[in-house]
Amino acid sequence: MAKPKVPGLLKGLGVTFGTLMRTVTEGAATVQYPHEKETPPIRARGVIALHEGNCTSCMLCVRSCPDWCIYIEGHKELAPPRRAGGAPRKVNKLDRFDIDYALCMYCGICVEVCPFDALFWSPEYEYSEPRISDLLHDKSKLGEWMETVPEAPELEAGAEKKGKK
Amino acid sequence: MHALLASDVPYWAQSLLRVLGGLVAVLLPAGTVVYLFLFKMMSFMQSRLGPMEAGPYGSLQLFAEVGKWLQKEDIHPARADKFLFKIAPLVVLASTFLLVVVVPFGPDAWFTNFEAGIFYALAVSSVSVLGILIAGWASANKYSLLGGLRAAGQLVAYELPMVLAVIGVVIQAGTMNLQEIVVAQNAGSMFGWDGLGNPYLLTQFVGFAVFMIAVQAELTQTPFDMPIAESELVSGYMTEYSGFRFLIFFIAEFATAGVFSMIAAVLFLGGWGVPFSWFGWTSLGDIDNWMNIVGPLILFTKMIVLTFLIMWVRFSYPRFREDQLQGFAWKVLIPVSLVNIMVTAILKVAF
Amino acid sequence: MTLIGDRQQLSYIAAQAADARVNVELETEGMTLNIGPQHPATHGTLRIIARLDGEQVVWAEPSAGYMHRGYEKLTEVRTFPQVTALVNRIDWLGSFANEVPFILAAEKLMGVEATPRAQHIRTILFELSRIANVSLFLGDLGVQLGAVTPVFFAFRDREYVLNLIEAATGGRFHPNFDRIGGLKDDLPAGFIDETRSVMKKLRNFCDEIENLLFGNEIFQSRTRGIGVIPKEVALQYGLSGANLRASGVDWDLRRDQKIAMAWDKADWKVITHPDGDSFARCWVRLQEVRESTRIVDQLLDTIPGGPVMVKVPKIIKVPEGEAWVSTENPLGEMGYYVVSKNDQGPFRVKIRSASFNNISIVPWLLKGVYVPDIITILASLYFILGDIDR
Repeated sequence: MAKPKVPGLLKGLGVTFGTLMRTVTEGAATVQYPHEKETPPIRARGVIALHEGNCTSCMLCVRSCPDWCIYIEGHKELAPPRRAGGAPRKVNKLDRFDIDYALCMYCGICVEVCPFDALFWSPEYEYSEPRISDLLHDKSKLGEWMETVPEAPELEAGAEKKGKK
Repeated sequence: MHALLASDVPYWAQSLLRVLGGLVAVLLPAGTVVYLFLFKMMSFMQSRLGPMEAGPYGSLQLFAEVGKWLQKEDIHPARADKFLFKIAPLVVLASTFLLVVVVPFGPDAWFTNFEAGIFYALAVSSVSVLGILIAGWASANKYSLLGGLRAAGQLVAYELPMVLAVIGVVIQAGTMNLQEIVVAQNAGSMFGWDGLGNPYLLTQFVGFAVFMIAVQAELTQTPFDMPIAESELVSGYMTEYSGFRFLIFFIAEFATAGVFSMIAAVLFLGGWGVPFSWFGWTSLGDIDNWMNIVGPLILFTKMIVLTFLIMWVRFSYPRFREDQLQGFAWKVLIPVSLVNIMVTAILKVAF
Repeated sequence: MTLIGDRQQLSYIAAQAADARVNVELETEGMTLNIGPQHPATHGTLRIIARLDGEQVVWAEPSAGYMHRGYEKLTEVRTFPQVTALVNRIDWLGSFANEVPFILAAEKLMGVEATPRAQHIRTILFELSRIANVSLFLGDLGVQLGAVTPVFFAFRDREYVLNLIEAATGGRFHPNFDRIGGLKDDLPAGFIDETRSVMKKLRNFCDEIENLLFGNEIFQSRTRGIGVIPKEVALQYGLSGANLRASGVDWDLRRDQKIAMAWDKADWKVITHPDGDSFARCWVRLQEVRESTRIVDQLLDTIPGGPVMVKVPKIIKVPEGEAWVSTENPLGEMGYYVVSKNDQGPFRVKIRSASFNNISIVPWLLKGVYVPDIITILASLYFILGDIDR
C-alpha cells in the first residue's frame, strides 16, 4: 500500500465517530419497538392458524410434532346425507384442537404434513402472555389467526411452480 | 463562592452551602456524563438510540436507574468481612468529594484554595485505590480479589506518570495553586500574542497526553479497565455489590471522570477562565463578578469536551492485558514524562 | 512455528521455576478459579477449571456437559423430518449449516440427489448462515477483549442476513428448510436483489471491524503470539475449520470433498495463515466472511432453473445402511454418521460437532498463560456451547 499508514488506534476512533455522525444524520439502525414495527416476511413462522372446517382430526400433525404440543380430540358424528334418500354420512367432528406455544418449536412440520390444508403459518408474533398457561391456544383462538394468514409469496425467477399452496 | 458567602453568613450556613455545592459539583457532572456519554453517545456510536422512554429522549432514565438500584436488597456474601464490605464504596466516593474541593470554578467561586492544590488533588485521588482494594478483599470472591489486586497495581503504576505530567505544568506556571495556574494560563501570552492566553495544552502537549492516558487508567476505563473486565473478571471488585452500594461505585466512577476532566481542564485548558485580553483584565483582582456565574459554565463545557475524549476512547478500544499495561506505564509513559519535565525545565530556565 | 511453541513452553518452564523459588521463600498457594459455568466468556455454560498461580494458569481443564441435551439419543426416537428440526439447534448461530450434512447423509442412504437448483440454494443458505455465525463471532471477539462497540455492529449487520434467511425459509434461527431430496420451498421473489445489497453491507461491516478491531494496536498486542497452535499439534488434536487453517493447514472440506453442493461452481479461495496464534484465527475468520460474501454473490448469478424437490415418498423410509457425511460448517468439520434400519427414523446417529473437538486442545493451550489470555484463547477458538454439548 502506498498510502501513509494511519495508526489503527486513530482508525478505530474514526469508525466509532463516523457511526455516531451517521446515527445523528441518518437515524439509528434500530426501531423503537412498541411505537414502530418491522413487518416480518410473508413466510415468517409466527403463529399457526387453524382452518377448522378443513380439519378431519386425522391426528397426522399430532403424531409428527417433534415435541407433542398439539392436542386433538374428536368424535364421529352423523351428518345429513348429500343426496336425498341416501344414508347419513359419518364425519369427524373436532372437539378440541389445542397448540401449546410454550412447547412449540416452530418447526412447521405440522403445517407441512396436514393433508387437508387446515393449518397455516401466520407471521403474527405479538401473543406473549404473562402466564405460561395462557400460551395454550384453543381452536377458537387458532381460528382467529386465520385472518392474518397472508398469500404465499411470489417465487424467484427460474422457480418451477408447484401445485401446492 | 468565597466572596459570595462573605462574613455576614454564619459559619453553619456557610458549611451547609459548601456541602450542597459539593454535592452539585459531584453529582451534576456524574449525571451529565452518564446521560450524555454512557447512554446517548455510546448508543449513537453503535447505531442505536439508547434509552428513549423515560422522559423526553430518555433524559429521566438515570433517575429510573437510581430508583431501581435503591429498591434492591443490600446483600453481602456470607463469608465477606461485613464492615469492610459496606464501607468500601463510601471510601471510593469520598475520594471524589475530597478531589472536587480544590477545583476552582470562578475567580471567587471555590471551596478551598490550597497553596499546594494540585499536590493535594493527586494525593487524595489515590484514596479510591484503598476503597477498591478493600472492596476486592472484603468480597470473599476470587474474581473480586483478582480485580482488586489488578486495580491496586494499576492505580499505583499510573499515579506516577500522572504526577510527572503535572510537574511540567507546575514548572511552567511556577505554582501549585490551581487558581494561580488558571490565571497564569489566561493572563499569559504566546510569543507576545495574547489572543488565546497561553493554555498549557499547546506548550505541554506531551504532558497533556500523558495526563489523559493516566486519567484513563486511573478511572479504570477501557483500554485500562482490567480491574473491572466484564468478560474476564465479571466486573472485578464490584462483582458482589448490589443495590445502592453498587450505585455508589457507579456514581463514583463517573463523578471521578467528571472531576478529573475538570482538573485536566484547569491544568491544560485554562480552567474557568477566558483569555483575559478579551476583556482587558490583567490579574485576578480585575475580573468582573459575573465570571463567578459564567466561569463554572465554561469549566463545565471544557469538562464535557475532555470527558468526550475519555468516553470516545472507552467505547472504541479493546483492553490491555495487565502486564502490558504495567510495561506501558513504566517503559513508555514515565520516560516520556521525565523527558517532558527536563525539556520544560530547560526551556523555563532558558527563556 | 514449532519455534514459537517451544518458546512458549520454555517461558512457561522458566516462569514455573521462578515461581517455585518464590513459593519456597514466601509459601504462596495456588488458587483454583472456576471460570463458568455461568461466565460471560463462555458463550453459555462451559466451565473451565483453572489452577492459578497469581494470574498465571498452571493447569486448566474444560468441563463440558452443562447443557447436554442428548441429541444422539433423541434422534433415535424421531423420524427423519423431525430430526432436521432438532439438529439445527446444535450450532444455533449457523443452524442451516447443521441440517445440510444430515440431509446429505440421509439422501446418500436413499440414493437420491437434490436437484441442481436445490443444491445451489442450499449452498447459498449455507454460506449465509456461515456469515451470520462468523459475523457474530467478530463482534463477540471485541466484547471478550473489552471493546463494547463491535458487538453492536455485528448484531446490526447479522440482522440483515437473518432477515434474508427468514424471508427464504420462514425461520430466523431455525430454518428447518432442508428436506430429503431438496428444499421445502423455492426462494421468494426479490431474494436475489436483496441478498446482493446485504452482501455489500456485510463487506462494509468487515471493513469496519478490520478498522475498529483488527488494525488496533491494542488488539494486536492482545492476540499476536497468544495461544499459538503449531501445525502438528493442531492436527493431533483434530482441530478443524478456521482454527486449523489459521495454523497453516490448507484444508477445507468445501473444496476438498466431492459433495452434492455448489461450492465448486464459484471461484473462491481457502484462507490460511501461517502463525497459528489467536490473531491468525480471528483474521482467518474475518477473511472467510469476505470469501463467503463472494461465494454468495457468484452463486446468485448462476442459479439454474427447475424444481427444488425430487420425487420422494410422502412418508420417508430410509433403507438399511450406514452413511457418513461431513461438511465445512462455520465452526469446523461437522459430520453425521447415520445408521438406518429401514425405518422412519434413524437407528443411531453419531454427531461429530466441530466445537467439541476444537476445545479439546484447551488444556494444552492454556498452560502458562495469564487469566486475560484464557479469554482471548477461548474467544479465538470460537466454540458454541450447543455444538460442544449437543
